[in-house]
Amino acid sequence: MQTNEILETIKMIDEEYLDIRTITIGISLLDCIDPDIQVACQKVEEKICRVAENLVPVAEEISKTYGIPIVNKRISVTPIAMLAGACEGNPVEFALTLERCAQKLGVDFIGGYSALVQKGYTKGDRKLIASIPEALARTQHVCASVNVGSTKAGINMDAVKEMGEMITLSAQMTAENHCIGAAKLVVFCNAPEDNPFMAGAFHGVGEPDAVINVGVSGPGVVRATLAKASKRATMDELADLVKRTAFKITRMGQLVGTVASEKLGIPFGIVDLSLAPTPAIGDSVAYILEEMGLETCGAYGTTACLAMLNDAVKKGGVMATSNVGGLSGAFIPVSEDAGMIAAAQKGVLTLEKLEAMTAVCSVGLDMIVVPGNTPSSIISGIIADEAAIGMVNSKTTAVRVIPAIGKSVGEELDFGGLLGRGPVMPVNTTDNQVFIDRGGRIPAPLQALKN
Amino acid sequence: MKAVITVVGSDRVGILAMIANACATHNVNVLDVSQTIIDGIFTMTMITDCSQVSDFEKFAANMEVLGTENSLIVRVMNQDIFHAMHTI
Repeated sequence: MQTNEILETIKMIDEEYLDIRTITIGISLLDCIDPDIQVACQKVEEKICRVAENLVPVAEEISKTYGIPIVNKRISVTPIAMLAGACEGNPVEFALTLERCAQKLGVDFIGGYSALVQKGYTKGDRKLIASIPEALARTQHVCASVNVGSTKAGINMDAVKEMGEMITLSAQMTAENHCIGAAKLVVFCNAPEDNPFMAGAFHGVGEPDAVINVGVSGPGVVRATLAKASKRATMDELADLVKRTAFKITRMGQLVGTVASEKLGIPFGIVDLSLAPTPAIGDSVAYILEEMGLETCGAYGTTACLAMLNDAVKKGGVMATSNVGGLSGAFIPVSEDAGMIAAAQKGVLTLEKLEAMTAVCSVGLDMIVVPGNTPSSIISGIIADEAAIGMVNSKTTAVRVIPAIGKSVGEELDFGGLLGRGPVMPVNTTDNQVFIDRGGRIPAPLQALKN
Repeated sequence: MKAVITVVGSDRVGILAMIANACATHNVNVLDVSQTIIDGIFTMTMITDCSQVSDFEKFAANMEVLGTENSLIVRVMNQDIFHAMHTI
């Protein structure tokens, strides 16, 4: 083994913020369905605490043995709407049960307070969606997500309207706590069933009983690699550098996933190749784009640079792991990325530019703080536009916007930790109420007819 | 299990001896050592066999503390992580 390779790895971890962002255990709760909600909650708690009992100690052991930080330990579960549909009572009971499990096991987040309504609602979906604001206000670790559209099914515009209202309500009900409720709620189009990242992780119905999914990180490593490249290097040369780096980062995820799977006795699912930024200076996707030659992220050229980055990350990562999945690409959450925050504060990075970027990144409009008085119909409009981009381009898109209750443009929301802090960004509030009130469905596009 | 011990810090007399001695105390067999000095910074990588170590986490933590006490950065990591990252 070469000394320089050993030192390169250590430098990535020590100076460039390379880490395993999350080990997420996906747990099926389909066998916990019961007509009595109390019994169902007991079964849920018993199963989660049994299957994930050793997650935190094993992750910490791997972290110490291999010298690689494992930042989060998480759990994702079957969309709770499926359990809520089988019983009477308030689905918030399930959220409180999930919260108890998270606290007992010491995990950082538990996702799956979710409903999939791209083509229509079941009784459970309706109950669950209506309960999301209360569930998020009464828990700390529970994350909620709703899938409102897909390339195959089109977009459920009734759900789009309702989710705009639920986002506003979630922020209002947690107004004294930095509107954190809305930061734990994401609205998807084409939601992946094996995503280890929050707030959108849930355990899809096609997944096995339990599975380990791993999310890597590493924007800092990619940025450091590009910083060393000549300013005259061509874009294809930069793409090659990104690919090589993504390969190395992903190998780390593959190793950790394999070891965790062996130690926990749970099958290994996928590695999510995503470049996930943190608020730490240097661990930023925006800085990678700026390293390619943009003065500030948001300048014309940003979408092109992001398209190259997203593609190169996949090309480099795909050979490094046996199974790729989840979101796999580059994330562009504003509040979690020091470069994005700075660009938004300067006014260079706007909501419109971010929307364009979501057409080529791995997810969507993420962790964007908007004025507290933004009407719900405008948020629904944002969701509809994002869902349309995802539906037509056969990719995942998502909206996680946080209305900062009582705040306006120029002020800031500070969530702390991995969620970071975000400046309140201006929103185009031109009236769209008639469109949003129409409801119904946007039919699936021609792209859906592949058979 | 094989582990890689890396030591980085200002060069002075006795670093290798100190680390090797600590390995012996913990029943760790040194298989290979490579060291260089770049601009006065001492850099050493040591491949070791830790199969006789009863508590690897404790050994790694003790080595890191030993490094800190002597103004050195000492890391002990399972060799597999380097193989995974740099070999196909």
